[in-house]
Amino acid sequence: MSMSGSAVELPITTDSTPEEKPSSRQLKKQMRLQDAKTKLSSPWASGIAILLAIMWTIPTFGLFVTSFRPPADIQSSGWWTFFTNPGITFDNYKNAWSANGGGLSAFFLNSFVITLPAVIIPISLALLAAYAFAWINFKGRNVLFVAIFALQVVPIQVTLIPLQTIFVGAGLQNSFWPVWISHTIFGLPLAIFLLHNFMKEVPASIVEAARVDGAGHVKIFFVVLLPLLVPAIAAFAIFQFLWVWNDLLVAIVFAPSPNLKPITAAIAELSGTRGNQWELLSAGAFIAIVVPLAVFLGLQRYFVRGLLAGGVKG
Amino acid sequence: MDWFLNPTSVSDKLIVMVIAIALFVAIMGLILWLIDRPNIPNWLVVVGFLGPVTIALLVGLFYPAAGTVWRSFQISQAAIGPDGKPVINPNTGQKTSELGFSLSNYQTVFTDQSFQKVLINTVWWVVLVPVLATGFGLIYAVLVDRTRGEKLAKALVFLPMAISMVGASIIWKFMYEYRQADVPQIGLLNQVLVWIGLDPYQFIITEPWNTFFLIAVMIWIQAGFAMTVLSAAIKSVPDDIVEAAQIDGATGFKLFRKVTVPTIRPAVVVVLTTIAMGSLKAFDIVRTMTGGNFGTSIVANEFYTQSFRQGEGGKGIGAALAVILFIIIIPVILYNVRQMRLSEEMR
Repeated sequence: MSMSGSAVELPITTDSTPEEKPSSRQLKKQMRLQDAKTKLSSPWASGIAILLAIMWTIPTFGLFVTSFRPPADIQSSGWWTFFTNPGITFDNYKNAWSANGGGLSAFFLNSFVITLPAVIIPISLALLAAYAFAWINFKGRNVLFVAIFALQVVPIQVTLIPLQTIFVGAGLQNSFWPVWISHTIFGLPLAIFLLHNFMKEVPASIVEAARVDGAGHVKIFFVVLLPLLVPAIAAFAIFQFLWVWNDLLVAIVFAPSPNLKPITAAIAELSGTRGNQWELLSAGAFIAIVVPLAVFLGLQRYFVRGLLAGGVKG
Repeated sequence: MDWFLNPTSVSDKLIVMVIAIALFVAIMGLILWLIDRPNIPNWLVVVGFLGPVTIALLVGLFYPAAGTVWRSFQISQAAIGPDGKPVINPNTGQKTSELGFSLSNYQTVFTDQSFQKVLINTVWWVVLVPVLATGFGLIYAVLVDRTRGEKLAKALVFLPMAISMVGASIIWKFMYEYRQADVPQIGLLNQVLVWIGLDPYQFIITEPWNTFFLIAVMIWIQAGFAMTVLSAAIKSVPDDIVEAAQIDGATGFKLFRKVTVPTIRPAVVVVLTTIAMGSLKAFDIVRTMTGGNFGTSIVANEFYTQSFRQGEGGKGIGAALAVILFIIIIPVILYNVRQMRLSEEMR
């Protein structure tokens, strides 16, 4: 969706997030003292910040608490009464997960099956393309690169109807294949652009040295560049992963069959058909959220880096 | 071949997944093996590295986009034979239809009242979400900048970015949940209304304000993005500029307004355009919370409904809606290409 990195000259580095730049703790402390003057009047500012943080967190927290309350409690009282009248159950999760309840285990598997190839394939293709744009000289390179760069803002809506016709013609409709293929295609422009930026940061002398040693492009790509690019690949992989895992549109267009639906589509449907069963919806929502949440909390550093390099899609 | 296209068991699904990845690795491996030899002409190497991507983008993005533009100017109409009479399908006895050139899809979208509502809602989304999310993100980034709990404070606001829009919609549907006045409320917002002595309110159903309650969900999600990017921009404001301003006597809010804001203006513009494009294309929230009912539909959602829920008749209108999305985005593409050119030149 965007390519903010190049445009604003944000501090994009391959090894650290901007916050960490002042390396030692002491330096940070010193800066903090020095900066006290530059900040808005402190106690008030902190108070407002805490208030806003609470406001932003309460909706998620409320549903989280609800997912552990017995159905009767959920329907008869607000989740905030939980603290005066606690009652905990794990049955909501058990029911949402099991085949004769919400059946989310099958959809969870579908999400996994959809996501893995839809992350590996576009990144591999994009790495090859990014290498060609960064390190092979050929005619028309800049034109082609700008064309691909511009393609990333094509709204996927514009492509869906003709793509569906193509998939029907190939006999692939309503299977995982169109979902994998379209996620790959939709992810490519941004992936190529970002990975190209990272590729270009590799010093030319390293590539030249390999070339002098007689290495061809394929060897340079695999032996010299790939190992250096692992952090960049991780940053983008997280984004593509979250985008595919959280996607609803592509999935319900290309794999509408109940057997193939990912968990987002299942939850969206439950919200329509069983909108009052909050014990099912709350637990279901958290089953869907837990994977991206874990990825976010565990890999926050990469996540923020990818974001600052412009890795946001919508 | 049924398991290949429509696998049902856990193992079949996993096997198909492994096959897909293996197939890809095998094809790419073969291509790279073929071009990895000395004395191979340069253009063949380029084809090996770039060919698959170029084909994928031409067939998967460029051609479909052109096809949609084409389709948006077509309507399904009764086929007329050379004799001037409708063509009858001999098998079914029905009149056959064909696609004919027409501007009526666009006409419908811009003149029909329900579609006008969709367009107006979309404008609200595209204006309110970027402005409010960026405003909040900027204020919050400044408030927590270089404070003790900065990391945690930022993580809390950023969290909604990581969860899906579907998940966010469920979370907010629960916040907005409505119960009649005489029974205990289970949605927090209605409970707050009751606490301060008002009647509970049907946030999601009551027009026209329900659209704005859906917009609030998108702001809740996007604020974290704005905050993260702007926070990084604030931190990269050069120290010497700040010091010079301080020597001149600027402090607190004045320093922020006169020094920080102008310096980070490019970042603010990028955040605004990025969020605007995201809001334009966001379909999940409307789809999950109302399904486009109660006058809340926006172009991205109406596109889906028309294209995939209305049979052949809606396809033309769906295509026209997609083209409208595209046209709104084009100025942003041009702006961004220009920015890229500028930053390339600076290198």
